[in-house]
Amino acid sequence: MAVAIILLLVAIASVLFHIFSPWWWTPLASNWRYIDDTITLTFWITGAVFFAVVAFMAYCVFRFRHTEGRRAAYNPENKRLEWWLSVGTAIGVAAMLAPGLVVWHQFVTVPANATEVEVMGQQWQWSYRLPGKDGRLGTSDARNVSAENPMGLNPDDPAGQDDVVIQNDDLHLPLGKPVKVLLRSIDVLHDFYVPEFRAKMDMIPGSVTYYWFTPTRTGTFDVLCAELCGAAHAQMRSKVIVEEEKDYHAWLEKQHSFAELSGQRDVAKAAYTRESE
Amino acid sequence: MVDVPFDTVAGVPPAEVGEVELYHPRSWWTRYVFSQDAKIIAIQYSITAMSIGMVALVLSWLMRLQLGFPGTFSFIDPNQYLQFITMHGMIMVIYLLTALFLGGFGNYLIPLMVGARDMVFPYVNMLSYWVYLLAVMVLVSTFFVPGGPTGAGWTLYPPQAILSGTPGQDWGIVLMLASLILFIIGFTMGGLNYVVTVLQARTRGMTLMRLPLTVWGIFTATVMALLAFPALFVASVMLLLDRLLGTSFFMPTLVEMGTLTKYGGGSPILFQHLFWFFGHPEVYIVALPAFGIISDLISVHARKNIFGYRMMVWAIVAIGALSFVVWAHHMYVSGMHPYFGFFFATTTLIIAIPTAIKVYNWVLTLWRGDIHLTIPMLFALAFIITFVNGGLTGLFLGNVVVDVPLSDTMFVVAHFHMVMGIAPIMAVFGGIYHWYPKVTGRMLNEVLGRFHFWVSFLGAYAIFFPMHYLGLLGMPRRYHDIGETAFVPASAHDLNAFMSVAALIVGFAQLVFLFNLIWSLLKGKEAGGNPWGAASLEWQTPETPPGHGNWGKELPIVHRWAYDYSVPGAARDFVAQNEPPAGLSAQGSHA
Repeated sequence: MAVAIILLLVAIASVLFHIFSPWWWTPLASNWRYIDDTITLTFWITGAVFFAVVAFMAYCVFRFRHTEGRRAAYNPENKRLEWWLSVGTAIGVAAMLAPGLVVWHQFVTVPANATEVEVMGQQWQWSYRLPGKDGRLGTSDARNVSAENPMGLNPDDPAGQDDVVIQNDDLHLPLGKPVKVLLRSIDVLHDFYVPEFRAKMDMIPGSVTYYWFTPTRTGTFDVLCAELCGAAHAQMRSKVIVEEEKDYHAWLEKQHSFAELSGQRDVAKAAYTRESE
Repeated sequence: MVDVPFDTVAGVPPAEVGEVELYHPRSWWTRYVFSQDAKIIAIQYSITAMSIGMVALVLSWLMRLQLGFPGTFSFIDPNQYLQFITMHGMIMVIYLLTALFLGGFGNYLIPLMVGARDMVFPYVNMLSYWVYLLAVMVLVSTFFVPGGPTGAGWTLYPPQAILSGTPGQDWGIVLMLASLILFIIGFTMGGLNYVVTVLQARTRGMTLMRLPLTVWGIFTATVMALLAFPALFVASVMLLLDRLLGTSFFMPTLVEMGTLTKYGGGSPILFQHLFWFFGHPEVYIVALPAFGIISDLISVHARKNIFGYRMMVWAIVAIGALSFVVWAHHMYVSGMHPYFGFFFATTTLIIAIPTAIKVYNWVLTLWRGDIHLTIPMLFALAFIITFVNGGLTGLFLGNVVVDVPLSDTMFVVAHFHMVMGIAPIMAVFGGIYHWYPKVTGRMLNEVLGRFHFWVSFLGAYAIFFPMHYLGLLGMPRRYHDIGETAFVPASAHDLNAFMSVAALIVGFAQLVFLFNLIWSLLKGKEAGGNPWGAASLEWQTPETPPGHGNWGKELPIVHRWAYDYSVPGAARDFVAQNEPPAGLSAQGSHA
């Protein structure tokens, strides 16, 4: 009796916890409402199954617990029942999988008008790069990495000269414009993760991975690393600031291109060399 | 009479085993230490696995102390935290659960349940244990080498696993990989043994479709392990070569702490494919023996045949086969080609169907049963709840697009702890309470057992159920401290503290269990040969604990499946597998 009640209480407490939990996803700031909706749908279906199974168990424990003289029924199989349960399960699974695959198709289909933004991970910081006026990002290679060129950009690629390079600073994005985030690493695996955007993808040294989203809400959002990358994994932070188009352009004006940064460094270096002579 | 048709079948062992065929210990050392008796080897495996499991338990306490009260314990730094999670995961998955289910339960139960005198290769079986012990010792040694154990996460993903930004890069990772290689060698010796014993050494009348589901679970899991572990073996060897000889199997051109390395041309994602080609079947290598054990516990303690036995067998086989085509669901956000997501999400969710059938059949076995709420039955009920809970959250993570926000968060941690941590451990405990009387001849203490059950089940549920919601919130895993973020409310820290307190209490309950194991060995109630009134063969041995050779002079003859409980018209509420049919009983089982 007590056991049956406790089993039932576990099921009820789980449902109540779900309903009243103050710990829930952070308010969405991207176009991926479909992902949230698929999670909600999955919660409904799986929650119903969980409650039904545990409640049924509790009922059996209550109703068929051993008492003097009870004898169990003898029924090895019931083809019909097993068949119906299998079909019912298959329908429930399909009801979750089908919308999931439709949304996944959207997730992997980048719209043609998406602007490219590069995010580079390294132990343990983030750097960003935006295409310049030519709308193209120049090539890069881990072999080019040096103190002067921490992102490893190709100094001989004309397409890369006007690229806007953002180091040790936050990324700004304009509101409502689809973004294709190109992800790159020069050392180990990282994962560019902004909880409010829902999207995430590992960055792999030697490859460029991507995902896309459209920011739908202005604000400042935490960037975390979601793939274990060594000792300071938990401290690898940055911020993304989503703002109105006009504010974004004002910010963009103040940023420096790769050519400018290289030039400044050359000047600084020359000055330093002269002084030390 | 009845055995005549069986004797004509090729490959059936003779009823009497000649002296030369059976290994006999000649001294104390070969009887209890370098023993070739599967039952002793099983106990050696179990004690070793539980001992190393205690290390994992202490590590989990340290992790929970850090997560619940960040900054309070100055002796835990970020590096150590990573080392704790890595070693905890590795120990629990491989050195505890795999070893305990296959090496412990497998060794003890397979020969007894199929009616054999021992494993077919006793010497190899002994070697299997000693190589396993060596693997465990190498693993433990990493705590004492310079730099400590590796902190690469139990997945050991390169490049970071072998680069200097990760703790334990010096000795830890090398010894970790060496230990894994040893473990796989040891396991392969044991595993071949289990498979050949099930296929070749079954007693007369023990057809495959009369095997208890425990044997089916362990057998299928072993076949899977023999196919899956080689992937981990080659991945470990290749990673070791990358680390020691500077090859670049998994290492692209990359920068290490600002300096260009000599590596180039390798693929980090190749390691992930190899790892998960092993790693996903590994989940079922742990789950299938648990499925089998739970099926038998429910049937025995509900005094009712397992519902839908044939469907249960095929579900085990189907799950085993399907689990080899779902591995990349661990890699949805790894950067592999996104179109793989369609295939792996579909195969992954299809596995839910045979798995659900198993759950239905367990609860339908309870239906109209005669449920004895013994401790093994309580653990079986707890297994079903935690397994269903963890299995259902698997439908979130398996459904590729839902996995995107949840992957690498505490939701994943909660999911896999529920489904392949708590649930299989409930099966382990249930199994120990169930078979301890056969192994020792004494019952485990009832009061301590019930205390252990309720604290472990409710406590573990209180740790891992709320943890899902921290993941949903967006809290990443493998963080020693979430630090300053806008999206994590202060209340999340209170929840973390609550979970940590629960973890300390659950850990304490395990000490009570260990005490019970030792105390009952000396002072436990005498069990007799078949205290639960179970029908399967291991309860029908002439001696308890079973003697050397298990069956005395003659092997048993099996007349029926292992689930004849509450048969209408039968005198008792169970009919043992080797009990001759009514018409034959007068003539005895052997003419």
